[in-house]
Amino acid sequence: MTAVTTDGYQAAFDAAVAADERIEPRDWMPDAYRASLVRQMAQHAHSEIIGMQPEANWITRAPSLRRKAILMAKVQDEAGHGLYLYSAAETLGASRDDLLDKLHTGRQKYSSIFNYPTLTWADVGAIGWLVDGAAITNQVPLCRCSYGPYARAMVRVCKEESFHQRQGYELLLALSKGTPAQHAMAQDAVDRWWWPSLMMFGPPDDASAHSAQSMAWKIKRHSNDELRQRFVDICVPQAESLGLTLPDPDLRWNDERGHHDFGAIDWTEFQEVLKGNGPCNEQRITQRRRAHEEGAWVRDAAAAYAEKHRTAQHTEPGEATA
Amino acid sequence: MTSATTHPTASPDPASAPGTASATARAALALGDDALVLSHRLGEWAGHAPVLEEEVALANIALDLLGQARILLSLAGDEDELAYLREEREFRNLQLVEQPNGDFAHTIARQLYFSAYQGLLYKELAAGDGPFAGLAAKAVKEVAYHRDHAEHWVARLGDGTAESHERMQRACDALWRFTGELFGPVEGLGLGSEVLGSLEAAWLEYVGGVLKQATLTVPERPRRGAWAAGAGRQGLHTESFGRMLAEMQHLHRSHPGASW
Repeated sequence: MTAVTTDGYQAAFDAAVAADERIEPRDWMPDAYRASLVRQMAQHAHSEIIGMQPEANWITRAPSLRRKAILMAKVQDEAGHGLYLYSAAETLGASRDDLLDKLHTGRQKYSSIFNYPTLTWADVGAIGWLVDGAAITNQVPLCRCSYGPYARAMVRVCKEESFHQRQGYELLLALSKGTPAQHAMAQDAVDRWWWPSLMMFGPPDDASAHSAQSMAWKIKRHSNDELRQRFVDICVPQAESLGLTLPDPDLRWNDERGHHDFGAIDWTEFQEVLKGNGPCNEQRITQRRRAHEEGAWVRDAAAAYAEKHRTAQHTEPGEATA
Repeated sequence: MTSATTHPTASPDPASAPGTASATARAALALGDDALVLSHRLGEWAGHAPVLEEEVALANIALDLLGQARILLSLAGDEDELAYLREEREFRNLQLVEQPNGDFAHTIARQLYFSAYQGLLYKELAAGDGPFAGLAAKAVKEVAYHRDHAEHWVARLGDGTAESHERMQRACDALWRFTGELFGPVEGLGLGSEVLGSLEAAWLEYVGGVLKQATLTVPERPRRGAWAAGAGRQGLHTESFGRMLAEMQHLHRSHPGASW
């Protein structure tokens, strides 16, 4: 009986996915689909939150007030994206506290890119152009993901990310056209961020554990290598108009393929960073954990206050004379 | 950015060279420095807040203040020259806003004291027809949000747990001595002692009400005096301020004349 019913649900689910319909929180879905989405959305949310750190590193040193305002707004947006994504994950029965706990204890991952350090101001621009650019290339197809809440979150996130990406590009352009020292700073940042950005698309197709199933479920629409190629093809002319070079001697246009060929990615480095041995893994997670632990008394106070005033008749604090 | 020499009211240091800059420029510098410095302090919280919603809220307040600072500093000269090329003795901000963040209660106490002051001051300026009326009318809306945010956190922390109560009380006490300066004269603003006195009375009534509602005790120690802190408007600052400026200005100063 149960098996028959589940089969019916499974058939309805499969038909909805095949017809490009959206799966919504109250719809039946396979356990593995749910688990896979929670894993992906949590990792995405964690990446937004950890991703605040390398950029926040430069807020207090931004070289002009205009740039400082742009950077602050961007880091604020990232916290907002984290909030959207945790909310979207909660529609699948996960809880934000639990997901954060998994991040803090290393049981869930975040994007490996944020384990690289921001050493100069130009890194802020390189992150905007390359890292956000790669993120957008990955995320735009997610706007058509089969799970409704994730797809809708991505529509909002992508709009803001595109804006950040243009700002990053514009920051690099200002440096590239600035003094020789500024130009060198920009080139150095692009040299350091190019390969890690290409790694953001994940392992090559023949080594990607989750890809085939995610594509069958229409969570993912394109393979890692397809998206990586698309990104390279977009970046090459942009680098040219920036007046900067990309650090790959094998990069060249292939007329036959209609794409750029590019050099081999150092997958050993990628694996090391994933394993926690990148330049900033320890620092990033320690800072996140510390912020959470040092904030515990604040969250406890808010909970105690809410509890006390849940039933008690009280005047809103805002009613004190102003 | 644009060169200061093309700006009619610009001077490398309008505040410390009386007579070379207009009264408006001197007042704009004092109010702009308040907003600039507090915005910077709040920016230090990014990635360190106790809960994600506060990452958003603190950055939001910092951005509002930075927006105010940019408008105000532009009235006094070139915003970047003024922010990045003055030394600490030339800054005119209140000592309150330069105080280090401390714990979350400390940051919230500082915000309550300052936002209450700024709200009252801007309301006063918005009601007049002086050069700051337009700016103040816009800013007063932002400040009302900042003040509410601080006020609600003072209530939660003061009336939360025993630990949060103690931390909130300690923070209110520690910053109290910097609050007398809020109602000192601001050069060029043209507010007489009578107006300042009434702003101070309204501030004390409001802050006292918020603290009491939060089950906290209004600090009894002096708010001003010969020994007390409170000379930021004269360019006399506390020790941590120089370090804050060193961090803020380092990159800009390392590339003289560069555009960003």
